[in-house]
Amino acid sequence: MAMLDIDNLHAKIEGEDGKEILKGLSLKVNPGEVHAIMGPNGSGKSTLSYILAGKDDYEVTEGTVTLNGEDLLDMEIDERAAKGVFLAFQYPIEVPGVATMTFLRSALNAQRKKRGEEEISTPDFLRLVREKAAGLGISQDMLKRGVNVGFSGGEKKRAEILQMAILEPKIAILDETDSGLDIDALKIVSEGVNALRSPERGMIVITHYQRLLNHIVPDFVHVMHKGRIVRSGGKELALELEANGYAEYQQDAA
Amino acid sequence: MNAEIRPIRTPAEQGLSGELKNLPSSGGARIVALREAAAKAFNDNGLPHRRVEEWKYTDLRTLMREALPVSSPAQSAQVEAHARLLIDTGARRLVIANGAVVPELSDLADLESGLTIQPLATALAAGGDLIARLGTLEPGRYDAALALNTALAADGVAISVAPGAVIERPIHVAHVFSGKAAASFARNLVVLGAGASLTYAESFEGPEGVAYQVNSATEFVVADEASLDLVRVQEEGANALHLSTLLFEVGKAVKLNAFTFTSGAAVTRTSLYARLNGADSAVSFNGAILLKDRQHADSTLFVDHQTTGCESRELFKHVLDDSSRGVFQGKIVVRQPAQKTDGRMMSRALLLGDDAEMDNKPELEIFADDVACGHGATCGAIDDDLLFYLRARGIPLKEAQSLLVQAFVGEAIETVANDELRDALVERAEAWLKARA
Repeated sequence: MAMLDIDNLHAKIEGEDGKEILKGLSLKVNPGEVHAIMGPNGSGKSTLSYILAGKDDYEVTEGTVTLNGEDLLDMEIDERAAKGVFLAFQYPIEVPGVATMTFLRSALNAQRKKRGEEEISTPDFLRLVREKAAGLGISQDMLKRGVNVGFSGGEKKRAEILQMAILEPKIAILDETDSGLDIDALKIVSEGVNALRSPERGMIVITHYQRLLNHIVPDFVHVMHKGRIVRSGGKELALELEANGYAEYQQDAA
Repeated sequence: MNAEIRPIRTPAEQGLSGELKNLPSSGGARIVALREAAAKAFNDNGLPHRRVEEWKYTDLRTLMREALPVSSPAQSAQVEAHARLLIDTGARRLVIANGAVVPELSDLADLESGLTIQPLATALAAGGDLIARLGTLEPGRYDAALALNTALAADGVAISVAPGAVIERPIHVAHVFSGKAAASFARNLVVLGAGASLTYAESFEGPEGVAYQVNSATEFVVADEASLDLVRVQEEGANALHLSTLLFEVGKAVKLNAFTFTSGAAVTRTSLYARLNGADSAVSFNGAILLKDRQHADSTLFVDHQTTGCESRELFKHVLDDSSRGVFQGKIVVRQPAQKTDGRMMSRALLLGDDAEMDNKPELEIFADDVACGHGATCGAIDDDLLFYLRARGIPLKEAQSLLVQAFVGEAIETVANDELRDALVERAEAWLKARA
């Protein structure tokens, strides 16, 4: 049984005239695997990530998603997180007035509580954050500020990876984590992600460009188009896409 | 011939007119005359209703169903048990129960040099310079709540800080109501000499389930270059009617920062009148108002820039759950000589309840031609994207809402300079959220 099993997923934007965005998407992710999903703009990549995380704006009309055999779509947003789903946002949101440290601690303790574990002690928490933040070049000053408030694009992405490092998810979905990053920031973020690769953890890396996959080398590459996965292969598929673009798939569909 | 139109008097108006037949007699001829004039004004005008512009959203004639007899003194043991607000802040605490100072619960020992504190009743009996200031800040137009206070209040605190005296330890005046339903009136006077500095806190609390009425008025005379921090916490019992009036006279180069936290009472009206008649002062009036059920709270401000170069700031944050209602009326007047005025007003409301209501009424009256004035108002629910972000990290819905509400009111609470008082306010906001969850 795959850890994450997406089977024939159909979804539309909520509402009566909601446009169908996912049209029968299937994907299996096993522990330890890194899957890259590539595709042109508008193919439904971000929608997939939001649906896995539980955003309300979409309605699943057909298909199933299970995480370790449990129905993911039936769970509340925070329950999914506690079960190990983590979405690194393409555009991390600024939360003025909620200090990053408070946010991290609330999130970690809420997840632990839901799993029936004890809350983390203050010294252990501070040690954990300090250790993980240092590796990502995140300063103490950033941690004291409101979540993502006044952070540059690169800082926001690093902060997402810090959250992931602290929350230790089972399945991480990285939505265009490379967008808006210069080459140095891309390296730092990629190193952060690579440090989190583990035999117990699955990852879905959503990206438009092959560039990120030079740093985070995937086990599988999938091409998504018009709400479905239209081709799957190994990491060499990314290079082929980089050379030829997505035109081939767009013509096929036309 | 004058055709006098007399609207039908409500039972509350009739009852209050009855109370006004027995005015306190202390304080000498000027004070007695003030009381009589106030009583006459009430008898002539009665309770305000929605056709009176300043009370448009708070129809006191409808909301105040009955007049209650003026309260009798409370038992100090009961008062002590009820008074819990701001208790651990290290402030010098004075307790006023049912409108009268309770000496045995008030810390009047070892007053700092330059600081004078007297029960108002004592000061009125003695007369003197301080009492000469009482009633001098009346706004010059009819305000029913203030008129009733002026007519009926016989006690409160009278505080003066000598010129240049910097009083480090905050003074906290704890207003407590105890006993059966009645109406309590307290009048306070705070006079800061030139260059003096004071942090003054006032709190209001009382029993749940008793439909009592509190009417408080505090006059602040702030002389040139003085500095005043005011912090208020109003957590009256859920059935109370709370009326308070704050009056400020601000000299030149004054620093004044006032903050009000309101989460109590069924009906609250807080009127604030600030007269800026010295140049180059900086004043701010901020508030956090957290309401639930059918609570109604009205904050009405009148900031009068009379002379040049003053800066005024207002930031009010309402959090409205269930079918509660918040009202913010902010008026900034910039008189013709008040060039270089910088006035800014902001009201933000977070509507948590489907039936909650917020009424905003900013008013700018500008007669000078070289000023910067602005106002803004927002009303809305908690941002869904913010909620999603927090929940996607595992924070449950209620907790995520609490964090965001805390952040929302935190922006206003942050303006309080004193650490202990600010922490106490954060704690009061947290307690409110906890009770909600």
